[in-house]
Amino acid sequence: MIPAAFEYHRPRSIAEAVAVLADLGEAARPLAGGHSLIPMMKLRLAGPEHLVDLGRIRDLKGIRTEGGDIVIGAMTTQQELIASDLIAAKLPILRETSLLIADPQVRYVGTLGGNVANGDPGNDMPAVMLCLGAVYHVVGPTGEHRVAARDFYLGAYVTALDPGEIVTAIRIPLPPTGHGSAYEKLKRKIGDYATAAAAVVLTLDRGVVATCSIGLTNVADMPLWAEDAALALVGTNLDTAAVKRAVAAAEAITAPASDNRGPAAYRTKMAGVMLIRALARARAQAK
Amino acid sequence: MTEPTSEQRTQSLQGLGCKRKRTEDIRFVQGKGNYVDDLKLPGTLYGDFVRSPYGHARIKGIDASKAKALPGVIAVLTAADLKPLNLHYMPTLAGDVAAVLAEDKVLYQNQEVAFVIAEDRYAAADAVELVEVDYEPLPVVVDPFKAMAPDAPVLREDLAGKTDGAHGKRKHHNHIFAWEMGDRGATDQAFTQAEVTIKELISYQRVHPCPLETCQCVASFDKVKGELTVWGTFQAPHVIRTVASLISKIPEHKVHVIAPDIGGGFGNKVGAYPGYICAVVASIVTGRPVKWVEDRTENLTTTSFARDYHMTAEIAANRDGRITALRVNVLADHGAFDACADPSKWPAGFFNIVTGSYDFPVAHVSVDGVYTNKAPGGVAYRCSFRVTEAAYCIERAMDILAQKLEMDPADLRMKNLIRREQFPYHSALGWEYDSGDYHTALQRAMNAVGYRQLRTEQQARLAAFRAGKTRELMGIGVAFFTEIVGAGPSRNCDILGIAMFDSAEIRIHPTGAVIARMGTKSQGQGHETTYAQIIASELGLPADDIIIEEGNTDTAPYGLGTYGSRSTPTAGAATAMAARKIRAKAQMIAAHLLEVSEYDLEWDVDRFRLKGNPESFKTMKEIAWAAYSNVPPGMEQGLEAVSYYDPPNMTFPFGAYISVVDVDVDTGVVKVRRFYALDDCGTRINPMIIEGQIHGGLTEAFAIAMGQEIHYDEDGNVTGPSLMDYFLPTAVETPKWETDWTTTPSPHHPIGAKGVGESPNVGGVPCFANAVNDAFRAFGSTHIAMPHDNWRTWTAADNLGLHAA
Ligand SMILES: Cc1cc2nc3c(=O)[nH]c(=O)nc-3n(C[C@H](O)[C@H](O)[C@H](O)COP(=O)(O)OP(=O)(O)OC[C@H]3O[C@@H](n4cnc5c(N)ncnc54)[C@H](O)[C@@H]3O)c2cc1C
Repeated sequence: MIPAAFEYHRPRSIAEAVAVLADLGEAARPLAGGHSLIPMMKLRLAGPEHLVDLGRIRDLKGIRTEGGDIVIGAMTTQQELIASDLIAAKLPILRETSLLIADPQVRYVGTLGGNVANGDPGNDMPAVMLCLGAVYHVVGPTGEHRVAARDFYLGAYVTALDPGEIVTAIRIPLPPTGHGSAYEKLKRKIGDYATAAAAVVLTLDRGVVATCSIGLTNVADMPLWAEDAALALVGTNLDTAAVKRAVAAAEAITAPASDNRGPAAYRTKMAGVMLIRALARARAQAK
Repeated sequence: MTEPTSEQRTQSLQGLGCKRKRTEDIRFVQGKGNYVDDLKLPGTLYGDFVRSPYGHARIKGIDASKAKALPGVIAVLTAADLKPLNLHYMPTLAGDVAAVLAEDKVLYQNQEVAFVIAEDRYAAADAVELVEVDYEPLPVVVDPFKAMAPDAPVLREDLAGKTDGAHGKRKHHNHIFAWEMGDRGATDQAFTQAEVTIKELISYQRVHPCPLETCQCVASFDKVKGELTVWGTFQAPHVIRTVASLISKIPEHKVHVIAPDIGGGFGNKVGAYPGYICAVVASIVTGRPVKWVEDRTENLTTTSFARDYHMTAEIAANRDGRITALRVNVLADHGAFDACADPSKWPAGFFNIVTGSYDFPVAHVSVDGVYTNKAPGGVAYRCSFRVTEAAYCIERAMDILAQKLEMDPADLRMKNLIRREQFPYHSALGWEYDSGDYHTALQRAMNAVGYRQLRTEQQARLAAFRAGKTRELMGIGVAFFTEIVGAGPSRNCDILGIAMFDSAEIRIHPTGAVIARMGTKSQGQGHETTYAQIIASELGLPADDIIIEEGNTDTAPYGLGTYGSRSTPTAGAATAMAARKIRAKAQMIAAHLLEVSEYDLEWDVDRFRLKGNPESFKTMKEIAWAAYSNVPPGMEQGLEAVSYYDPPNMTFPFGAYISVVDVDVDTGVVKVRRFYALDDCGTRINPMIIEGQIHGGLTEAFAIAMGQEIHYDEDGNVTGPSLMDYFLPTAVETPKWETDWTTTPSPHHPIGAKGVGESPNVGGVPCFANAVNDAFRAFGSTHIAMPHDNWRTWTAADNLGLHAA
């Protein structure tokens, strides 16, 4: 439980952070809330020689609306998401998901940026971002570009980020008013990662599903966007047969690991059960 | 001013029966406890272990040169360094030896291979990574049944040719001991004649006590005086001192063992571990204090697990539900070394309490201990020795019998519980139960929860489930348990030959203030509060004027420590006995002061008064002063006493628990709707502390039944060695507890108290397990193994076809 030695850097601006990271190359890692990275370092599963703390960079903070999007600074903590009236009103699924992450102590320091950039399939926010069609603002030595969340995840701890790049903000297109959403997470206890979880955002038109998007957490080596499952529901009134087809489509793309949460087959089944429950709640909410 | 009434005086003492707030909490809630790791001695060095990544491997070479070259590293110890001192192995309480540092083979994952000593923790941790060990992996055996196969790999090569174990002949190269109790012939015969029998393999998974504070020590050898001081997380500090002296050859008066505040033990801190030995050796070698502190993973994977008992239980009964015989055969997985912490003559602990609370005419039990490639141990995790195993076994078996007989599980128990008039009761497996009133307890529990209405509701829920109206099943768990605590009488209980008495020394100062010291050691049980209450009632001095000290072997009288709920039955009794010696002397002093015969005096709460003339009295405070100023001619001054108490028998607390759970069939999530626990621990010293102990014990029972497991994969890897996986419930998961009690004093204990700290674990585990099993009973399932975590519960439902669309 004792990490190897490292150097600590505390840049004051995005530009400075990117410069330091570029300068130090592979030996450096950005540090956000530290609640994924530091445990890994203590277990000596990660051993960066340099930590570049993003905590003092004001431009990485804050939640604002920009046109039809909500833009959230990467260093916004999970607790700040929970406390935000804007999020509660416009993106209730983010608040709901934040409340299912870890425990209050972790949420006071753990950030949204760290959660989405970490690349751990156990993190809850990535599947929600896939579901919402979020876009990540990425800044690196060559400037800023944007990456769709749906293109960001490549495997366990492997993302589209190049060394030296950081996520500065998360841009989320506002779902239509009247949408229904839900995040259903099965876990063993407070502070546990999901056995399986499902995020659903849908809209209804006179009882018939007009749009639907589904994300799944921790049932593959990366978060999953269950496009076929969602398509199986569009145009239906979420009747049992349609839901069954969606569940089958969702289960088909899972490839979970067997671990202490249960064997792979169980976790696949739980992805289906979470989906059914998320659909039911989202539908009840949709107007 | 009018003299306070005797009730007022009693109340102001805060003695027996008073809900006195815990005096130790004042420092704990302020973060002012004093734990081992708080100790900072100048010049302290830090030790850290190089551990085996393999479950079974030959060590072909160890190269520590890179580690030794790291700045701040003082030395790296290996078995080769300890061997000349004959310290590469240490004796275990069970008559085996355990490796301190592995010599030519490692036998379980994370086994200690080398000990790095450095100027600080960071250098030590870095150096651990630099020690290069060349391993040749060997076939791994983690299943105790497979360990006994004829062609199973030989695990303990050091025991080659050793045909005798500590308890008779070894049957196989991985066999440790065989132990049996009861009447085999009569039992077999009862089974042949039985109208109904049941048989089930009931496995109790390997778990770990997981105290919040891990095991740790600071060893400091003073080269000038030739004295060794060891501060450590010791539940039994005196035993540690004796063992330390015997193996280090340092005379016992030059070994000072101190257990400061301890952050939970639950059995984990009874044994001696390689960390202690290595810290001592390192301090002797360097002449500097050496600190060793386990991290969580080391704690969970190396220092003393619990359970791993595989019990094949059979009951014979008549068709009307009368039980006629019990037979249990156990395969006990002790891991790589037999480091089980039991009294010497009891290799399977008090497992022969397995007849439970029922009147079995005959019974037979046999236990075989085996070696596997798993960590050594086998401690009593919040229970007396192997009692939770026994209670789980019999309580599950009784439910299975009820199912076969189509009887209600509570009714079956009522029919077979030992009756009040049978006490003292001689069990078929050799115990004399001291006292009990089981039927009253169970009836009271059933009334409290509305048992019959619950059963009716369950039927309705089941019908709704079958009709497709709900996906939840309701389960009702009934458990009745008998604990056996207070080890124990010297005739059958010893540790390394030392009788399992316990002790108290009470000294009253001239002003009536008191210091008392015991041979036990609290790890959170509240001894500082409760022992003072015993003294307060016995001596009529306010509990607030009494200080209790434990853990310093230089000042406390010799004792065997705290585990197996033994403190109240043994040291608590010694406290009362010592107080009574003092009171006898006080009576003589009072008589002297009042110029009457001591036989004319009677005790009245806090004073001796003249019979028939209550106006004429001397309070204990006055007597205390006189003890130093005005004693009768010929009497020595002072007012103090020591007592070493050898209990005549164990005590047998008992209880009736009922729980209600709702099982989500589609996810396997089990919600505890209700948990009612009635405990009878005899005389109740501090009802608030009892309630706290029950809450804690039930929470641990919940943890074990619903999720805890130290699981090894086929290759010998522990699959979840951190609190991410190992289930330590928080306030969020923990159910609400309803507690209740009856009081049946122990007839042989000076104040009638029986001990309580571990009862809830003994009764709680089967109560949860029975509730989950009960939810599926209507579908023909007889036994679902613990832990009842989500996927296992879901799998059980799946196997019963409950997920078919
Ligand atoms: C007990 C416990 C339980 C937890 N349970 C959950 C849970 O249920 N669900 C869940 O989702 N999470 C859980 N977490 C993780 C927690 O939410 C973390 O806070 C989060 O995963 C990472 O955010 P962070 O700010 O702490 O990032 P850090 O730990 O600081 O960083 C994580 C990784 O992302 C990189 N990184 C951080 N910020 C950026 C950035 N802006 N740009 C590029 N790279 C960046 C870091 O270099 C590092 O590799 C748990 C953590 C703990 C300790």
